[in-house]
Amino acid sequence: MDTSTTLIKNLADQYGRSRNNLLPILQSVVKQEKYLSELSMITIAKELDISASEVYGTATFYSFLEHQKMGRYIIRVCKTITCSMKGKNQILLAIQDMLKIDIGETTPDGTFSLLQTNCLGFCHKAPTMLINNDVYTELTPEKVREVLSGYLAKAKEGENDE
Amino acid sequence: MMNNTNQLKRADFIFKNENDWKEILAKNIKRSQQVLINELISSELKGRGGAGFPTGLKWKLSAEAESEIKYVICNADEGEPGTFKDREILSLVPFKVLTAMAICGHVVGAKEGFIYLRGEYFFLKSSLNQAISEFEEYCKTIHLDFSVKIFMGSGAYICGEETALFESMEGKRGEPRNKPPYPAISGYMNKPTVINNVETLAHAYTIFTYGAKRFYDLGVQYSRGTKLFSVSGDTPKPGIYELELGMSLTDFVNDFGDGDTKAVQVGGASGFLVPRKRFAETNIGYQGKLTGISLPTGGSMMLFNSSRSMYNVLDNYLEFFREESCGQCTPCRVGCQQLWIGIKAVKSGEKNALYLEKLLRLSETMQWTSKCGLGQSVANSFSSIVENFREEMIY
Ligand SMILES: Cc1cc2nc3c(=O)[nH]c(=O)nc-3n(C[C@H](O)[C@H](O)[C@H](O)COP(=O)(O)O)c2cc1C
Ligand code: SF4
Repeated sequence: MDTSTTLIKNLADQYGRSRNNLLPILQSVVKQEKYLSELSMITIAKELDISASEVYGTATFYSFLEHQKMGRYIIRVCKTITCSMKGKNQILLAIQDMLKIDIGETTPDGTFSLLQTNCLGFCHKAPTMLINNDVYTELTPEKVREVLSGYLAKAKEGENDE
Repeated sequence: MMNNTNQLKRADFIFKNENDWKEILAKNIKRSQQVLINELISSELKGRGGAGFPTGLKWKLSAEAESEIKYVICNADEGEPGTFKDREILSLVPFKVLTAMAICGHVVGAKEGFIYLRGEYFFLKSSLNQAISEFEEYCKTIHLDFSVKIFMGSGAYICGEETALFESMEGKRGEPRNKPPYPAISGYMNKPTVINNVETLAHAYTIFTYGAKRFYDLGVQYSRGTKLFSVSGDTPKPGIYELELGMSLTDFVNDFGDGDTKAVQVGGASGFLVPRKRFAETNIGYQGKLTGISLPTGGSMMLFNSSRSMYNVLDNYLEFFREESCGQCTPCRVGCQQLWIGIKAVKSGEKNALYLEKLLRLSETMQWTSKCGLGQSVANSFSSIVENFREEMIY
């Protein structure tokens, strides 16, 4: 059995095999593998004894369940109105400039992916972004560079931060 | 008219300390279902998630539904642009929410509760789980059989719509169901379910602490009590504020504006844009007043000053709706897309200004024919922006 199959079996054991547990299982796979491969969706379908198209249908609905392999750190910059008004574009530029990737891309070493997202719920502290599960608020290009440097250092040390 | 004081009435109930939660819980689960329901009904608390359904009535309907299994769900999906107060409640006073959920469980006969927490708030999960264990420990000591689990969302605004939320919890696409049946009768797993917004539950705690009258005496007719407002945009003091309902927008802007407020978006992207000339006649509260305009709201207040282009604002909202529409029904799926493309075509001169009339009719059609609140409310911001800032859409 490959690691992905083992992971999914373990998750199914842990959460249970009823349909209600599909979302938590999908979320855990994405957390571990940084995306949902076709193979993992088929494996999940088998474990839960539902059709693969049901799993696919659910999985493709949610914006946080990725279908492309993502970087270790997923940056999601809020693009909703207040963040847009308060300088979201400068934030994006600073990130793009520093990491040399465009929106939707992943750095060649697989460390960062850059995405935009809808309202993060911190409009009073705009502009904002999420890196994996951590929120960064009241951003300036300066602050962004500082934050990213921190992650770069962590990535170099191979620190485990899951 | 109700507000001659030219001052907002600030209040401090929600974030006041929660240290007495054990007492409140123990005391209230000794009261009868009927008494508790009557207390809520006479407080006239209405849902703070946006729709404004009377909370006491919701609990009553669920209590009367016959079923061995029932559920209580706290809606913490908080995805409406400009809304950020539910997170603050769950961060600062989680025990109030848990206590209200357990009292609700006692009232309707539910043993299981869930908090549907949006994926963006994952960082809250561990502290919330800690609060839940402490809470469940205490429930055991007072022989109350009630448990709470967190269910994480995954980045879909539509899952805040109650029936989409159930679908999501059942492991499906977050596509809203037809109503009726209503959740109180058939919700999660087709069982009677009370689903309430985080803030609604926090107000229920206030009511069960101080009694219905204390709450009822705040606010105005049809809009009793206080409400949390998430204030953002062009304001010197963005943040979360608890205010009595029924205030006029003029008073609000006097307090929160930057002196150059051109318009206020009340209720987030699915709410209404109010231009300066209508501030005086607009009140913040639920429908039912005879004079002036009453705007219900989930509490999102976004201020725009004269440096902002209303075209950009509308463009941003429509992009939001177009991405977040679940795509299940045609008027909304195609309509959001066409409105977005349409305003761009007018702006670029590809279509002439009369095309805006067509788009307004389309948004009206969406209002009547869409299956859920998302598609139905796109017309709110669309028509209020296009009608009030027509020139900005064209030039
Ligand atoms: C598109 C859409 C999104 C919604 N999002 C939320 C939300 O994030 N939080 C919430 O409490 N209610 C949301 N609602 C309202 C819920 O459907 C429901 O009315 C509410 O949770 C009921 O609780 P209340 O009566 O305490 O307000 C949304 C409704 C729609 C149509
Ligand atoms: S109105 Fe929009 S969000 Fe609601 S069910 Fe229809 S397509 Fe889905």
